Amino acid sequence: MQFFFEVLIGGLLSGVMYSLVALGFVLIYKASGVFNFAQGSMVFFAALTFVGLLEKGLGFWLALPATLAVMIVLGLVIERIVLRPLINQPQITLFMATIGLSFFIEGLAQLMWGANVRGLELGIQDEPLQWVSDVAGVNVSKFDLVAAGIAAVLVSTLAIFFSRTRIGRALRAVADDHQAALAVGIPLQQIWGIVWAVAGAVALVAGLLWGARNGVQFALTFVALKALPVLILGGFESIPGAVVGGLIVGASEKLAEVYVGPYVGGGIEGWFPYVLALLFLLVRPEGLFGEKIIRRI
Amino acid sequence: MFYREAGQYKTTYEADSAIFPIRQERFAFWTFLVIAFVVVPLTASPYLFSAILIPFLILALAAIGLNILTGYAGQLSLGSAAFMAVGAFASYNFVLRVPGIPLLVAFGCGGLSAAAVGILFGLPSLRIRGFYLAVATLAAQFFIVWCLTKIGWFTNYSASGVITAQALVILGYTFDTPRAKYLLVLTIVALMALAAKNMARSNTGRKWMAVRDMDVAAEVIGIRLMSSKLLAFAVSSFYCGVAGALYAYAYLGTVEPEAYNLDLSFRILFMIIIGGMGTILGSFLGAAFIVLTPILLNIFVHTFAQSLPSSVSSNLEPMVFGGMIIYFLVVEPHGLARLWQIGKEKLRLWPFPH
Amino acid sequence: MMRHKSVAVWLASAALGTAVAFGATAAVADEQFIPLLSYRVGAYASGGTGIFGGYIDYMNMINQRDGGINGVKLTWEECETEYNTARGVECYERLKNKGALGASMVMPLSTGITYSLIDRVATDKIPLVTIGYGRTDASDGRVFPYVFPMLTNYWSQNTTKIKFIGMREGGMDKLKGKKIVNLYIDIPYGKETIPVLDAQAKKYGFIVTHIPFTAPGNDQQSQWLQIRQIKPDWVILRGYGVNVPVAIKTAAKSGFPRDHMVGVWWSGSEEDTIPAGDAAKGYIAAGFNVAGTNYPVIKDIQKYVYAKNLGNMEDKSRVGSIYYNRGVVYGIITVEAIRKAQEKYGKKTLSGEQVRWGLENLNLDDKHLKQLGAEGFLPALKMSCADHEGSGLAKFQQWDGKQWKVITDWITPDRELVRPMIEQSAAEYAKEKNLTLRDCSKEG
Repeated sequence: MQFFFEVLIGGLLSGVMYSLVALGFVLIYKASGVFNFAQGSMVFFAALTFVGLLEKGLGFWLALPATLAVMIVLGLVIERIVLRPLINQPQITLFMATIGLSFFIEGLAQLMWGANVRGLELGIQDEPLQWVSDVAGVNVSKFDLVAAGIAAVLVSTLAIFFSRTRIGRALRAVADDHQAALAVGIPLQQIWGIVWAVAGAVALVAGLLWGARNGVQFALTFVALKALPVLILGGFESIPGAVVGGLIVGASEKLAEVYVGPYVGGGIEGWFPYVLALLFLLVRPEGLFGEKIIRRI
Repeated sequence: MFYREAGQYKTTYEADSAIFPIRQERFAFWTFLVIAFVVVPLTASPYLFSAILIPFLILALAAIGLNILTGYAGQLSLGSAAFMAVGAFASYNFVLRVPGIPLLVAFGCGGLSAAAVGILFGLPSLRIRGFYLAVATLAAQFFIVWCLTKIGWFTNYSASGVITAQALVILGYTFDTPRAKYLLVLTIVALMALAAKNMARSNTGRKWMAVRDMDVAAEVIGIRLMSSKLLAFAVSSFYCGVAGALYAYAYLGTVEPEAYNLDLSFRILFMIIIGGMGTILGSFLGAAFIVLTPILLNIFVHTFAQSLPSSVSSNLEPMVFGGMIIYFLVVEPHGLARLWQIGKEKLRLWPFPH
Repeated sequence: MMRHKSVAVWLASAALGTAVAFGATAAVADEQFIPLLSYRVGAYASGGTGIFGGYIDYMNMINQRDGGINGVKLTWEECETEYNTARGVECYERLKNKGALGASMVMPLSTGITYSLIDRVATDKIPLVTIGYGRTDASDGRVFPYVFPMLTNYWSQNTTKIKFIGMREGGMDKLKGKKIVNLYIDIPYGKETIPVLDAQAKKYGFIVTHIPFTAPGNDQQSQWLQIRQIKPDWVILRGYGVNVPVAIKTAAKSGFPRDHMVGVWWSGSEEDTIPAGDAAKGYIAAGFNVAGTNYPVIKDIQKYVYAKNLGNMEDKSRVGSIYYNRGVVYGIITVEAIRKAQEKYGKKTLSGEQVRWGLENLNLDDKHLKQLGAEGFLPALKMSCADHEGSGLAKFQQWDGKQWKVITDWITPDRELVRPMIEQSAAEYAKEKNLTLRDCSKEG
């Protein structure tokens, strides 16, 4: 039973890490209907830029705002150069454009900072909490707990931003209906610029945490693949959905791998979340918190 | 002035419903076929055959497959490479385990196996739409490759999980030179492309397009969604399956399941988006763009930018490639096939302004 | 419509440029051409830049210091494969006929590309040299005349690992009843060693559990939870790229001692341990080359190449790293095989077929290695018609938090166990492909 809880808790905490990446996807999809495949590359770019600046001799507290500024500028530039000319195009064209964008960003990141693999220490040790091990016999990583805390802060900030501020309300209006929002005088392009900038900032947070966990290297772009089942489980438009979806995916894939994996040869984590999400979608085609679309002629 | 239909009267229904109703187009088409079947085999170098033309044709076939599903029937899929893998591994096993089976029949059986798997993974499309479906097809991508890696039977229990495609022998003739392989692939691809073109113009194709444009409306006018969608999945997977078998037999030779990874699925999707969704021509143009551009960029960079350190030039390639994708989409969101269309319309009047 | 016009202009100029590029082929006498199927972008770029950097620097050093191999200059051209099989095949086809007599040999540095080239190199008569990777059963030169998985293959490597563990446990008989976990990446490369591990488990009486993780392996929580439950004595790690630091970090997280983790050589470089930070201290990996700049061969590279600012590495601190030195090993084998072939065919440009003879008759003993300034840098090597592996020795190294320290001498593989398995597997391949075995007693 102890072991079961350890797997469960480990899974839930991994799930939080997936949610962090999924959050960036949700933000942009919500506001502009773009399925931004370049989010994974942005995570990589952010982490690499941060580490690169550290190597250049900037201190932690100087590199952080500098990278944040770079990410915000990147988001604004993407909005201006890539998305604005493609307004009103089919979703799949926009999706394709973001794939092109991901190639560009990956090349740019390695061009600027080289292909070296780097370590990133945030000063939080990735080791079990001693007293929990002693009392309950369950290993819970300090780092994962801190990451979960950061994710909680991020999600609440975003939630408050969306529901309490003027920009947030405008954003929700845009998400509901572009044209109606334009008609009541909401500056659409400005709003989209803000969303992309915020997505850049979220990518930075995800990049730092994943970078500290795995090392800063190209494979950070692959974390996007972990975020996709989270997205369809939670719904593309829902911030709480990203969090809940992350928790479900994290916990279930770990439980499946540990308890089912050995019987079928293992390595099922790669597809299990997708199949789970697929079965789930058969019941709720718009995900857990996605908006129900009513179809009519 | 060179491209005018003036004076060409259609006096029969057959003439009116021909694939190429205009004389110039027929002429261009036949010229093109002569070039592909006669001029190219006589002039091209082995490098062109085995490194560019063969993969181009095979991937164009896979792109036609995906185009049937996504471009015509409107069902987004990110699992094309997995269906290619099914085709390849099924063909391998048919040849291995059924003594005396003709190779083309084995390819056909491989395609049918892929179609069966395609129908299975197409079932969710009855409930799920758009990007939700796209991400759900990733389940097929990961699950199928996992199965092929895990289940030893598929790879004839090879320790490392790779298969070596048997020799290409058809009717006693061994296709072993790059030129022979090219001609074989070209024939298969040309016939299947023709079939796809005709399917798209037929009742079936029109049903698919109705489903694509609005499935609720299609249902109202009496199109059965289930059979149309599943048929699209089956036909599409069949095309991908045959392409996958050719990819193993005529191109790579020895393959691991990993050769049919997500990356390949994405590249096939790029082909149809860049080439043009819902056009057969677009599948070829897109395949040419995606196959050739990285190679040309590589040659370019090595020829004209030798002074750059190789780490810089290597990273410039994906940047330019990504930039070009964005540029093309901004310039022509409907793909290269649309550019071709625009070009033809211009030619009707050229050189006169009106 | 201006936009469409600019597209047309762009396409036209692209076509023109290509014509120029295809037309320009150089033909110069007395040069030995080496195609380089390198990768400097993508997930494995850190490995690619290091290895190809070392490879190029060594060949450059030979050109600078000795004026080539007996006066025959080495030339090379890089082609970016992105570690992608299709791109690799295209690169091979593009480069195989460059140079006066075509490519001397090809080293794809990717298992997928290697598989796809096996048939092609036999037709083109170009040796395919895969040092420390590739198809294991190709070590049987009778079936695979043009494939050279040199120095050591994965199965030999695996037996040295078990021997190393036996040494640590105080004797091979102590292995009885010990629990060993084989943690591997779930692709053909990762799966290769399962049969040989099972055979050894039977032989020595230890219990082996195979636990796969899904590629790319950037989250291994569940695998390490399983390991924690099994409580093994040793964990053998078989990964490449991001999954290695992740494995090390997750091991630390679940409290498994790193000095009981043994990685394959693709899991044992600075690029694997630095991202894992302090957690990597004590981690052990096999290697067929060592790290460090304290060898005459590296000193020569610094003197003849870097001092003249001709070095390939952008980050000069990586000179002497595991991957860089591995590239130097590749260079040494390339150059020595050509030198050997020149003994028979004369000091001029040689074809791939002639270089193949050089590879098959290569004999680098310790004395020879000392002359090259590489004593202890790579194991001694003796190739033959039947044996395309030639050595099989491996050293073990441990990460001390700053650098890799060699902790054993060369350990010999268990050839009695491995060789019959290789011959059986190769024979099955020959049967499937209807190949007749070469008779090695007739080869000169």
